[in-house]
Amino acid sequence: MTLATQRGMRDPATGGRFGSFGGRFVPESLIPACAALEEAFRDAWTDPGFRQQLDLFRAVHAGRPTALTPAWNLSAELGITLLLKREDLAHTGSHKINNVLGQALLARRMGKTRLIAETGAGQHGVAAATAAALFGLRATVYMGERDIERQALNVFRMNLLGAEVVPVTTGSRTLKDATNEAMRQWVANVDDTHFCLGSVAGPHPYPWMVREFQRVIGEEARRQVAAELPTGVPDVVVACVGGGSNAAGTFAGFADTGARLIGVEAAGGAAMTDGTVGVVHGSRSLVLQNAEGQIAEAHSIAAGLDYPGVGPEHAHLGESGRAQYVTVSDDEVLIALKRLARTEGIICALESAHAVAWVMRAAGTDELPHGSTVLLTLSGRGDKDMAQLQDQPIMTEPPAGLQADLPAGRQAGLQPGGQAGLQPGRQAGAGAGRVAS
Amino acid sequence: MTLRLGTDRPLLVPFLTGGVTADWTDYLLAYQEAGADAIEVGLPFSDPMLDGTTIQQASDQALTRGATVEAILHELAAIRGRLRVPIIVMAYANLVLKVGIERLAQAGVSGLIVSDLPLEESAELESAAAAAGIDMILLVAPVTPDDRLRQICLRSQGFVYAVSVMGVTGERTTLAPEAEALARRAKLLLTEPGVDGSHAGSRDDENPVQRLPVLIGFGVSTPEQAAVAGRAGDGVVVGAALMRRVLDGASPADLRREVGALRAALDQGVSTATPYAEISGDRG
Repeated sequence: MTLATQRGMRDPATGGRFGSFGGRFVPESLIPACAALEEAFRDAWTDPGFRQQLDLFRAVHAGRPTALTPAWNLSAELGITLLLKREDLAHTGSHKINNVLGQALLARRMGKTRLIAETGAGQHGVAAATAAALFGLRATVYMGERDIERQALNVFRMNLLGAEVVPVTTGSRTLKDATNEAMRQWVANVDDTHFCLGSVAGPHPYPWMVREFQRVIGEEARRQVAAELPTGVPDVVVACVGGGSNAAGTFAGFADTGARLIGVEAAGGAAMTDGTVGVVHGSRSLVLQNAEGQIAEAHSIAAGLDYPGVGPEHAHLGESGRAQYVTVSDDEVLIALKRLARTEGIICALESAHAVAWVMRAAGTDELPHGSTVLLTLSGRGDKDMAQLQDQPIMTEPPAGLQADLPAGRQAGLQPGGQAGLQPGRQAGAGAGRVAS
Repeated sequence: MTLRLGTDRPLLVPFLTGGVTADWTDYLLAYQEAGADAIEVGLPFSDPMLDGTTIQQASDQALTRGATVEAILHELAAIRGRLRVPIIVMAYANLVLKVGIERLAQAGVSGLIVSDLPLEESAELESAAAAAGIDMILLVAPVTPDDRLRQICLRSQGFVYAVSVMGVTGERTTLAPEAEALARRAKLLLTEPGVDGSHAGSRDDENPVQRLPVLIGFGVSTPEQAAVAGRAGDGVVVGAALMRRVLDGASPADLRREVGALRAALDQGVSTATPYAEISGDRG
């Protein structure tokens, strides 16, 4: 275990630094607002009253804690023990609710009456609209025109929740341009408006604050995994990375353990793999850009991962070697989504399927040897993607085609609680780790 | 070459997005002929988060026609012989960090404004700029508190850029009232002993007590507004109002007249013409 693994994920250094990344690269007009937000968050986060209030809403509104589901069938097929942290079961259908409940409570505490938010897939927009409705705040969501076409249902959901959705027609008309527009609107309305940023990106304190609000994923999972695995912690912790909020929240619960941390990016939007150091949306991080510093467009089948940057703490975790970042292709994602659906009865979001795809590819290789224990955060559910996926031929192939591909384990009839002893760990005593033995 | 701007008459710094048209450098020459004291050249960026619609469109247009930072600097250097007024580059941090201060200095750039580089993040670039002989012009905003304003005035070079309004660049129907208040606060601070003249580099050696000028920018749209801003501060930066004309197809000669009207209004302290009288509502 290196020093880095023992340190865990700490609070950022002065000025919001994670190593050489992070910072506060915003116009002078926004400096007082960022400073006030940082102060308010520090104050709230150390206030037991605020924490209690947040815990209450997490429980009664968002449905936390979310389940930890052993993926018995897929585990048997892959020869590993795969545990799924079910953020898809959280209210609004993804982990985004964790962050917006925190930020909306904070906004109210700061006396703000309006939330503005950027959204890509629409999941954060829906979550922000939800929190705004719950806490009596007005909400305006900026969304790229192209994403609005791809995610029409989420636009309807936001409207139903009382939020105004404003199409962004500039640039690539996706998440990065929606973020630019939200920043512009924040500058002009900073008195009564809180910018409810959806990921671990942006100027300090956002990357830190959003990670803290998402930390609940990792902390719950740590407890749940400890009860499930004889080893207490998994060998590998894996989550998908766009901006990186579900991964940051998940990693935060395991960074001080010996678990390997794996972030999975979309091959067409892999800032950690293909990016270079740059400043975008208020912080220094890794970003897809050309040699002159013009920000590139990301391309992914998952709108939520269509972002050319990545949170600065991920850049730091990658540079320090504490976390490893990999990519999967759109095709691998579609296959993974379908396979998880058919083996476990769980239709996850295209974003989350990136993490599943990596596990499927890596299982049985040096990357993820047989017998490994894996915690995978399923960041969201797939309902929002169904219209898009209906047109994908692979999705509608008959089950027979899938059966032929199945490894021996599944065909031998391994089922939950069946002959291979695939019971939940608490019952079997030896734990789900036996799946792999 | 550093900026040496006086405060004996209201200063006029018109803006142009680099590479916005094939003949973009002709606009710079037109600005100069019309009486610009310096010219701000914006480097087009893919993600202009502090710019309103007009400058966004100008940026898009420049990038779409293939403008690159390298080509813009090359073309700037090519007209140095004909361009006598100082050139100030305005850019977002990511472009500046990539291109490097030395390259800007080679192209004959005198000053640099980085819209998303506040005091906390600018130290590194400030020392690089000092080494290259480029003035780093820092921005202040209506919400900047006095102690911070003092720090910025201490560190800014060439002039202090007073952002007139809480918002993005773009035309406004009136000059925001907070602009005058901000310019007054900055001017007052700059006359405090120890605040101004305490940093070397941008000062006129023969006149070391002269304070830094305060220029008002963002939303200065008409000669009337320029006249008001020129009285409140020491001059103006005018961007979106001119760029809208360029985007609409106005020629360098047309822009020479526009800038001339601004010049006259500033010099007389009142407007002599009202070419933008038709504007109503916020075009930001």
